[in-house]
Amino acid sequence: MNAGATAAAETVRSSKTLAQFLSLLFSRRSAELVDLGPVIGSNIAFFGERIGCKIHVEDLYADLDRHVREDALDELPKFLGRRFALPDASVDAVLCWDVFDYLAPAAAGVLAGELTRMLGPDGALLGFFSGDGADDRVYTKYVIEDESHLRGRLYAGACCRGRVLQNREITDLFAGLELFGSVLLKSGVREVVFRKPKEK
Amino acid sequence: MWKKEEPARPSSVTPSSITTSSVTTSTEAPAPAPLMSPGSFDQRREEPRPMHEEAASIGKSIIINGELSGSEDLTIEGRVDGKIELRNHVLTIGVNGRITAQVTAKAIVVFGHVTGNLTATEKVDIRESGSVEGDIVAPRVAIADGSHFRGSIDMQRKEAPILRDSMVMAPEPESRSSMAGELVRV
Repeated sequence: MNAGATAAAETVRSSKTLAQFLSLLFSRRSAELVDLGPVIGSNIAFFGERIGCKIHVEDLYADLDRHVREDALDELPKFLGRRFALPDASVDAVLCWDVFDYLAPAAAGVLAGELTRMLGPDGALLGFFSGDGADDRVYTKYVIEDESHLRGRLYAGACCRGRVLQNREITDLFAGLELFGSVLLKSGVREVVFRKPKEK
Repeated sequence: MWKKEEPARPSSVTPSSITTSSVTTSTEAPAPAPLMSPGSFDQRREEPRPMHEEAASIGKSIIINGELSGSEDLTIEGRVDGKIELRNHVLTIGVNGRITAQVTAKAIVVFGHVTGNLTATEKVDIRESGSVEGDIVAPRVAIADGSHFRGSIDMQRKEAPILRDSMVMAPEPESRSSMAGELVRV
């Protein structure tokens, strides 16, 4: 990707769901956050220094690339099932970004189950779901500009987006969570915030 | 008439203020000067140092198994397996450095590879070429684009976070819709 393409590949957009996600996070002291994207220094500073979170960086895009390179995508569901060492109900928030766009149904199901398991009561999960399955082998780094704006920065990856998930499929995927907010952008991307219900 | 002064050069010999439990020197390559000076990290020394004091470094042919501790800044270009403690000083892991250890220092700058937990009383700084797999505990953490990190980061903030009470609500999104009849909160 040349410099011109990189500049063109960077876009800033507003995100209502990011503000909703953060509002759930603000109410917690010393919250623990899982970030499924590649590490981004400014996001670490945002969550660590400004909000006071402990951040777990678990770059699933790198794992996905490794499985593609090793021609082992069939092993991905099994891998995801034992990928996270975090105990049940131990985290307060999960940033999925758009990782589910790149997963086959079996892997998506396992990952959603694991994230639901790790989330504690009232925990929040933010995910983006694309409206079209582009053929480009690119991923997006989501850089938090402020509480309501995200900068998308494209970088080369080994996978393209899979099939588009319908609304019902998204809610079914996270059957153990409650829908807290959902926004459909003009670009066709659906931003979704789920919250884990309190234990009764 | 004037005695020409030799410039201070980094030493690849373990200085007296650094202690190690087991040191092996490989003969495959001579120990080069470190690529980064330990003083490259923004820091304030507690005591002034003599002009000719050499910066401590561990060259890339050095392999240390065990505990390494010291009372001066240190650059590692070699391999250390075990534990590193430089409680009041800066540890720089050079681009050739390969560390598999629990590391404690005032500040840690990573250009090379680290597997293990990093604890710093001031700052951990992972540069573009750096790779860390482990947990970081430090009040400030800087991670450059292009670096690799896997693990957790705990910045140990004690005071109230900046944003909690000053959050501004987001502007209206481009469009908004509910999903499967569920409530959308605004």
